[in-house]
Amino acid sequence: MTPDPNLLHATPETAITEGEFVRGTSLWRDAWRRLLKNKLAVFGLVVVALITISSLIGPTVIKRATGFTPDYIPTNDTSLIKSFPPFTGPNGEFSWTHPMGTDNAGRDQLARVLQGGQISLFVGIISTFVSLLIGVSYGAIAGYVGGRLDNIMMRLVDVLYSLPYVIVVIVLLSMFRSQTARGQLVLLFVALGSVSWLTMARIVRGQVLSLKNQEFVMAAKATGVSTPRIIFRHLVPNTLGPVIVYATLTIPQIMLTEAFLSFLGFGVQAPLASWGSLASDGIQNIAIFPWQLIFPGVTMALTLFSLNFLGDGLRDALDPQMRTT
Amino acid sequence: MNEKDGNLLEVKDLRTYFETDDGIVKAVDGISFQLKRGETLGIVGESGSGKSVTNLAIIRLIPDPPGKIVSGEVIFNGQDLLLLNKEAIRKIRGRRIAMIFQDPMTSLNPFLKISKQLMEMTQLHLGHTKAQAHAHAIKMLETVGIPDARARADNYPHEFSGGMRQRVMIAMALSCEPELLIADEPTTALDVTIQAQILELIKKLKQETGTSVILITHDLGVVAGMTDHVIVMYAGKIFEQAKTSELFSLPGNPYTKGLLRSVPDPTAEQGKLYQIPGLPPDVAHMKPGCPFAPRCEKVQEICHREFPPFVQLNADHYSLCHFAREVYAESGGGRAS
Repeated sequence: MTPDPNLLHATPETAITEGEFVRGTSLWRDAWRRLLKNKLAVFGLVVVALITISSLIGPTVIKRATGFTPDYIPTNDTSLIKSFPPFTGPNGEFSWTHPMGTDNAGRDQLARVLQGGQISLFVGIISTFVSLLIGVSYGAIAGYVGGRLDNIMMRLVDVLYSLPYVIVVIVLLSMFRSQTARGQLVLLFVALGSVSWLTMARIVRGQVLSLKNQEFVMAAKATGVSTPRIIFRHLVPNTLGPVIVYATLTIPQIMLTEAFLSFLGFGVQAPLASWGSLASDGIQNIAIFPWQLIFPGVTMALTLFSLNFLGDGLRDALDPQMRTT
Repeated sequence: MNEKDGNLLEVKDLRTYFETDDGIVKAVDGISFQLKRGETLGIVGESGSGKSVTNLAIIRLIPDPPGKIVSGEVIFNGQDLLLLNKEAIRKIRGRRIAMIFQDPMTSLNPFLKISKQLMEMTQLHLGHTKAQAHAHAIKMLETVGIPDARARADNYPHEFSGGMRQRVMIAMALSCEPELLIADEPTTALDVTIQAQILELIKKLKQETGTSVILITHDLGVVAGMTDHVIVMYAGKIFEQAKTSELFSLPGNPYTKGLLRSVPDPTAEQGKLYQIPGLPPDVAHMKPGCPFAPRCEKVQEICHREFPPFVQLNADHYSLCHFAREVYAESGGGRAS
């Protein structure tokens, strides 16, 4: 009845002979391949890339080509109406100088839309980055340490959640109203970033909670890895999938909020422009000069759509099991 | 130092309890054993008998709360590990006591390259530079028999099979040349041929490096082939402790006997496989008598009433049973008085 110890020696070879060598593919490369198969996501990626690039270099190119800067107001122009329709010169003739027309003060609309894009994207990306930084660390620490600390940290998040954040932002912005346009912009970053990390913290905490009991964390502990290193080197990279997806979806959300605030007059101030403030200016003249609203509006809508498509595509690519279609 | 008697590890009266809503679970309740340098100790028992908790307690990885090491000493190289501070114990983990876990599919970080995970060990404990650590990682992969180690080091865990991953785990565990290797059911999640390969590998590396091994398993065949001493655990207690050869030939405890009868015998006629009746007890609500009494064939009235004594049957054979000597004699243990 005693098991034969020699049974164990039945297979003496200790080396595996496996087929030819397989090139290492990371999960990222797999995800990238899946993303490229998704037409809508690729469309989103291309549009976002195009808009980003043209926002970045557009104003400079226009200045070189036509001499117009986004805040150039023609001084020698004495006519009553300074806002021309697209592709129209001062005398109503066809012209390439202002492909999107001009605004109330005679500034080139294309240059302003592109510069507005710079600021809108900048606000979206920086605020998302701030929310990533705070949210990921906060959520990871709360989730990993657990217990009382987790309880305190997450109740604080609950409290902040329950405040109506648009009102918080408006209060913040009007309390610390800055004299300069740039100061106002910094305030906007702080205000938007400080309220948008809450969901991120919850997502990361949830992920960490489910990851921290996996054996690889125990294995890391058993090899003597320190707690901060376990959190930031072993756990956080494993939460990146959902984090990236959420971040891509946060950018348009923040851009929308920024537009909303600018529309109300709390956001970006002239001579700087964002899509929101351009739309706000445009809506006052919608009946007579519709292009003042249409161009920034359409550009913004297109960008938001594309970012959302990209976010959805990333979600499918990073988490193939979640796929519904 | 305990160098004189050659003990690398000495566990004395270790008790680890878990506080649950259902009451205090005495997962490990008064365990004592010694492990000499270069020896292999097997710990067997059913699921929930406290095998893994014992070993997690040794390197202080019991999740606290709800777990707590209530009392005991874990003397490793003359040093009580339970008295060390967090920083000091961290320097021992991985460096001097390494662990291999049960499921190789989940014990590697899916987002890090194999080489990165191996390098982390030596960079942390041996102060290797990146280049040194990388070279060492590849050397270790070769040692555990990963073909084409240089190229495979850049792979991710999901590109390795279960057996290969367990090899990586072994490479990782041994990369700092620890004095003690704790293997927690290292072959449970693998199929039989891979099991044999992995065990053979552990055996071979053990001989080469002189590492002591604690092998936790519920497979008696593994114990028979690998270990010098065996501990049989049940309900958080040691039921029998003996040299491996003696335990298999002259069991002195009804529970061990039951376990040995439950091993399928390929030479015997086909028939119903023996199984110990009943289920392991609920360690949160222990009755005063012997924990095994409700399932025991030899049960007497005293077993339900009194906790059994830990009887010494010979130099290093102990059994927790009221009738240890009788059972031992029944098995043919002549020298028992």
